[in-house]
Amino acid sequence: MPLRFVSDSLLATANKNPDKTAVVIDGVEYKYHQLETAARKLANVFIENGVERGDRVAIYMDNTWPCVVGIYAVLLAGGVFLVVNQQTKADKLHYILEDSGSKILLTDITQEKQLINGLHDLEVLKGVICSGNAEKVQKLTLANKTVFVKHFEHILETAVEFTSDINKTPSDLAALIYTSGSTGDPKGVMHTHLSMTFALNSLVEYLRLSEDEVMINVLPVAFDYGLYQLLMAVHLGATLVLERSIAYPAVLFKLIDKYKVTSLPGVPTIFSMLLSIHKREALCFPSVTRVTNTAAALPADYINDLQEIFPNALIYKMYGMTECKRVCYLEPELINEKGRSVGKAIPGTEVFVLNDKNEIASPGEIGTLYVRGPHIMAGYWNKPEPTSKMLKSGAWSSDVVLCTQDEFYCDEDGLLYFVGRSDDIIKTRGEKVSPVEVENMLHGIEGIRDAVVIGVDDELLGQSIHAFITINDDSDLNENKIKRLCAQKIENYMVPQKINIVDELPKTDTGKITKKSLSKTQ
Amino acid sequence: MSEEQKIRKYILENFLFTEDENELNNSDSFLENGIIDSTGILEVISFLEESFNIKVDDDDMVPENLDSVDNILAYLKSKQ
Repeated sequence: MPLRFVSDSLLATANKNPDKTAVVIDGVEYKYHQLETAARKLANVFIENGVERGDRVAIYMDNTWPCVVGIYAVLLAGGVFLVVNQQTKADKLHYILEDSGSKILLTDITQEKQLINGLHDLEVLKGVICSGNAEKVQKLTLANKTVFVKHFEHILETAVEFTSDINKTPSDLAALIYTSGSTGDPKGVMHTHLSMTFALNSLVEYLRLSEDEVMINVLPVAFDYGLYQLLMAVHLGATLVLERSIAYPAVLFKLIDKYKVTSLPGVPTIFSMLLSIHKREALCFPSVTRVTNTAAALPADYINDLQEIFPNALIYKMYGMTECKRVCYLEPELINEKGRSVGKAIPGTEVFVLNDKNEIASPGEIGTLYVRGPHIMAGYWNKPEPTSKMLKSGAWSSDVVLCTQDEFYCDEDGLLYFVGRSDDIIKTRGEKVSPVEVENMLHGIEGIRDAVVIGVDDELLGQSIHAFITINDDSDLNENKIKRLCAQKIENYMVPQKINIVDELPKTDTGKITKKSLSKTQ
Repeated sequence: MSEEQKIRKYILENFLFTEDENELNNSDSFLENGIIDSTGILEVISFLEESFNIKVDDDDMVPENLDSVDNILAYLKSKQ
């Protein structure tokens, strides 16, 4: 049977290898048959409560068992899932739920504060399914009393499995993956079962993965890099060790040793941490055979140390974007020779660099990178204008080409080199941060008159976030107070590392605030 | 200043951005309460090594030793 839908691989493995461990979470090993059963039960509850083909279901929690079950339950119910970063605060949660028109929210009681403040005035939202302490879930009181609250664990104990087939096709949407944009509002990248299953096959092909992998993931599942670790593991019929963060490095080390982890995906911040620790006490993980990097450039001088820490691993440098999942990768055999390149297009896709005149750039000439292939998004949910900026027509009317908006050049061998972004997006710890979003949030703080946010190069973070603000004369705001207010309103990784309170923001002759002059002062 | 006061002050100032003692309970889990994120723990380790003249082994970088003021105090005691 061909694997047409993202959830098909779960059903196939559960059928072939029901007792194989699918995910290990907090020391508990969940088998494939357990994942299928749980997903079918939750799917049934979704359907009983009105979820129909194409309806969106939001998942707002950390990397947990309910999160994993939720993703497959939505797919089995014929819905579209979106995973909201657990650090998201009430205002943005509200924005995403409203924008997506989510019918149900799957979450955890530890998000209580944001639920109480963020779920008002949502026309489409029918109910919340909440995991965690039963008593606390019982006591949860939402602004809108017509929105039901059910207990996730209770559902798994009592619900009946959904066993029918939903009438859907692979052209249907499978997921919305929200991404920050330079205009400030997050946008839902639409991916169909087609684009996602294609991407999954392409990834496992170039990463040379098999069902024997033991993959580990410490990245948020809300981020497509983290999400695909789960999807790939299930697609392969392999095992995934799912962690919430890399906060305590020794936990990661013990897990790698205990489960003989074979695959470690990271971003430069994670590798920087490993290297810091390696300098104090040598690390070595011989079981790891695949190390991958994306989201930000892996410094070439990390590679030797990484080869010491992971002596048996192929190291993959990659580049991608949520809008097409992944763009390119460097064959690991070339890592020492071509350490600054991000390689070539992933299997089944093509890329090209166009110069100012819209011609194919010659080797060494910098231009904009374009991508073509079945992995490209269907567009941004309900946002035709930004969509038209990214998706251009190709050879015929329905053929699309994705404009990455990033600057690249090729070398004589056709390998790609990232030069820079054409927008202001800051990449910190591998996460995208929109300066406009942070500025808007700062402007909303009482006492702040004006605010400008820039990214500054940082060894550990990649870029750190610096804010320059002017405050009202009678305001008692200081850097700490402002950071505290920021942490209440936006995700922790978006809180500026440095807040400079100045008398005036530098302006050009025409009165516009110049970010370039601010960068120079750092 | 006692060890406890030093640790509390450090966490309050650098991760909670406040001086209000009520904002931090000694038993609060840093991880569960989002007080320290992925890169923060290395900074805490540096602070502990400098302030209390200890060396934190790689194997010690676990929640049991570091994930709350209480845990840190117990860990420091075990290193004496």
